[in-house]
Formats: sequence, C-alpha cells, structure tokens
Amino acid sequence: MANALNELEKRLLAQVADLEALPQSGAFNLRENGKGVARGNSAGVEITPKTDKSGIDISVKAGVKGESVHIPVIMTESGLTDLVYNDFYIGEDAEVVIVAGCGIDNCGSQKSQHDGIHAFHLAKGSRVKYIEKHIGTGVGTGGRVLNPVTEIFMDDDSAFDMETVQLGGVTTSVRKTTATLGKGAKLNISERVLTSENQTATTYFEVDLVGKNSSVEVVSRSVARDGSVQEFVSEVRGRTACFGRVECDGIMMDNAVIRSSPRVSAENVDAELMHEAAIGKIAGEQLVKLETLGLSKQDAEAMIIKGFLK
Amino acid sequence: MLQLRNIRYAVDGTDGKRTILDGVNLDFNDGEQTIITGHNGSGKTTLAKIIMGIITPNDGTVVLDGDDITGLSVSERARRGIAFAFQQPVRFKGLTVGDLLEAARGGKPTRAELCDCLSEVGLCAVDYIDRELSGNLSGGELKRIEIAMALIRKCRVSVFDEPEAGIDIWSFDRLSGAFAALKGEGRISVLVSHQERIMRGADKLVVLDGGKVARVGAPDEVLKHIRSVSVSACGRLAGGENNGKRA
Repeated sequence: MANALNELEKRLLAQVADLEALPQSGAFNLRENGKGVARGNSAGVEITPKTDKSGIDISVKAGVKGESVHIPVIMTESGLTDLVYNDFYIGEDAEVVIVAGCGIDNCGSQKSQHDGIHAFHLAKGSRVKYIEKHIGTGVGTGGRVLNPVTEIFMDDDSAFDMETVQLGGVTTSVRKTTATLGKGAKLNISERVLTSENQTATTYFEVDLVGKNSSVEVVSRSVARDGSVQEFVSEVRGRTACFGRVECDGIMMDNAVIRSSPRVSAENVDAELMHEAAIGKIAGEQLVKLETLGLSKQDAEAMIIKGFLK
Repeated sequence: MLQLRNIRYAVDGTDGKRTILDGVNLDFNDGEQTIITGHNGSGKTTLAKIIMGIITPNDGTVVLDGDDITGLSVSERARRGIAFAFQQPVRFKGLTVGDLLEAARGGKPTRAELCDCLSEVGLCAVDYIDRELSGNLSGGELKRIEIAMALIRKCRVSVFDEPEAGIDIWSFDRLSGAFAALKGEGRISVLVSHQERIMRGADKLVVLDGGKVARVGAPDEVLKHIRSVSVSACGRLAGGENNGKRA
C-alpha cells in the first residue's frame, strides 16, 4: 500500500507531480505498478474506478472553482506493461487544475511500459489547466517506455491549457494529442522534450478548429543530445473563422536528429493559421554572450538548455 | 590600467588579406572613460571585441594591470574583471531578464540591486525581471537590458559597443548618467560611440581611421579637429594618418 511511500516512490512522485506525499486535501489517485493504490475525492471532484477496463472516471462538478486533482503514476517494477484509460468530465463553468504524469524507475533488464489514454470532455465555459510530466530513471538495461494519448473534446467557450514535459531518461515515447474545439474554445499546448543517448521521442498533435472563433496555440521546444532522435508532427485544421499557431523549436547536439513536420490546413477563408519551425545547434552568439558574463562554455550550454526547456 | 600594444588584425577578403586594425597602441587608465569613434568599418567594434577576447588579434598584446591577457578566453577575461555589452543584443528563448542578471552578477541579486541596476537604464525591475529575453521585447528594451548586464557586474573594465544605438532620448539621459558614474568609481570604461553627447562626457576620445589610431586627446580638442578636416568619398579622414601619439 502506498500510504507509506518509500524513498524511491517519494522521489518519483515529487518529480512527476511535485508532491512530497499523498495529498491530504483535494482529489487524487495514485497508480503504482499497474494498480490503483490510493484514492481520495473532494467536495467538487469524484473519482470512480472503471468496471469494464483498467482506469478511472474523474467528474468535476459544474461551477466548481479552484480545485485540483492529482493522478500520478509510478512504476518501479521491471518487465511490466500498464495500459490505463482515464476519462475526465468537466462540468459547465468549472475551473480545475489536473496534475498527471508518470515516472518509471527501471533497475532491471526487461522493458517497463506505461500507456495512459486520457480523454477530456469539457462542458461549456469550463477551464482546465493540465500538467503532465514524464521521466525515466534507474540503472537497468530494460527500456522505459511511455506512450501518452490525450483526447480533448471542448464545448463552446471552454479553455484547456496543457503543459506536457518529458524530463529525460525515457527510452521511447510516442505522444499523441488530438483536440476538437467548439465555438470560442481556446486550447494552449506547451511541450518540452529532452532526449539523450539512443532515445526516441515522437509527438503527434492533431487539432480541429470546428467552432467559430476557436483558437489553438502549440509551442514545442525540444533538445536532443547524443544519438537521440525526435520527431514532431502536427496538423491544425481550420474549418471556420478561427486562429491557429504552431511553433516548434529544436536544439540539436552531438549526433542527434530532429525532424519536424508542422502542417496547417485552412478550409475556410477566415481561418488564420500559421506555423514556425526552427531546428539547429545552440547559437554561437548566445554562448559568447554568456561567456562574457564569466560562464564556461559548458555552463553556458547548460543554462541555455535549462532556460529553453523551462 | 588596460593597455593595447601593436594590435594587428586582418581577415581574408576577396582580394587577399584585408586589414582591420593596423598597429593600434592605446592605454586606458583607472577611473578614465575613453570613447572610440570613427567612420563605419574603421575597426571600432573589432577593437572592443579584442579587449573582451571575442576576437583574437594576429599580432599584439592586451595587458591588464601588468598581466598579458592576450591568450585568455572570453570567460577567463570576464572572471578577470572585463564586462562587455554588445551592439546587437542576443535573444534567449526561455531565459528571463532576472536569470541573465543573476548570471551576470554571479549570484542571486537582491530586489534592491535589480531595481537599482534596471533603473539605471530606465527600466522598472517589477515590469521586467520575469520577462523572457526573446521576441516580446523591443530592440530598445533589449539594448538597455544588455547594458544593465554589464553594469551589474561592476567590473574593473567595462566595454560598451554603441550603447546609444536604438535608445530613445529619455532613456539616453539616464544612460549618460550611468556612464558618468563609472568614472567616479575608479573603473575603466571604454565606449564605442558616434554620439557627441557621450563623447563630451568622456576623458579621452580616440579616432580610428582605416584601422589606425588617427587622433587621441581630450574630447573638445579632438572634436574640433574632426570638424576641421574633410572626409573623402571613401569615408577616410583627410590627413587622418596615425600621428604616432600614444594615449
């Protein structure tokens, strides 16, 4: 039982959910090694386990303000594959912060994998801040694999602010995010990915701007070191008067590879869509500027990367 | 004291070597403010970058307080007490004004230090410390933050490359005051500038022409000379040969 967390569990929990212990207030669900091990509801948020498959339903009551939900996943066993379906139902005009994320510590030789399928259903006027952090640790040779899927269905005038961060140590990840936006809905996505060694990270964003005056902004920043490979694929489709912007910046180091394919499809004359992609090494002028402040080249590189991924 | 001895620098051009600096000798005394001026392409920025170590001269030495620092890297010179503000500020995605001022100072500045430093360049710390040094700041704002990064270091030697470029006249008044204060603190300041108002506040004015020191002296005297000579079609000062006078 996870009520008494060991040091490893505490560390993973802190890294993916900024929690030092299980929350004493607010709704939460801790999943560890493929099982739900601790859960709590709050006045405005109810979490119920699914009966037909692995996962939970999270219901946020209409009009609820200022509540938070923590649903971290930690995996410490080698050789485990975990598939979980979590569905979020956000009531009309509710405002909630949801902190998810997964930390895998694999000290064995077998692959550990977590596939989290999250579906968000936002009712009219609701607002969600969704923070998702992923990290892999452990000295084992087994893979640390994460495949998060996020499906977002946004009713009129709702807002979804998503922060997705892959902090490092994840051997392979395939991240898929799809969204459909109603009238006046606003979607902001911020992605940060760090890979090294021979890791691979692939991101797919697919956004449909269906409702009039809906908008999406995607900002992806990634750093690839050593021999790692990253791929960013996005498509924004504007089907009405709407606004969409995708920005993808990548810093490459060593022998890394980054591929970026941002695509916008305007299907209405009033759709305003744009994309920007920039990939390259750290700019020499940035390094020199920091060196004029007294930093060594190595410290300057570290500072630039830390800021870039902030 | 900072000394430049027989500095020569040339680059590969389409017709062979192109000389940028040709035997420059200059002394910069403690508590003294020196303005380097001259027409475009006369070697001013190259000279400033040679002091910081960003450019390595082909010949000659840079001496700080009796030590030859010609072979030191940019970082090593920074740690020896040389600050540099670029003509074109660099943008950093993700790094804030506060992050860079902290790096410049070599530790977390107090709120009061940030306020003092940014107000010297006409900015309010509350409005700026959390702002990213990227496309959301104007050229003038970036320039003032660039100067603030040099000022907060309180270095033995501060080099500013065209600090007035892109600065509005109101902020320029404040900057003039900040540069004047450097002299009072006994530090060496070297400014590359075309701005007469900055020149008049300096102790010494150096005119570069064709990579050579064409004139060195008190600002009034040198400015009078500049006005008295004609400028040829190619931009060189008529009669602007190195007079052999050492600063």
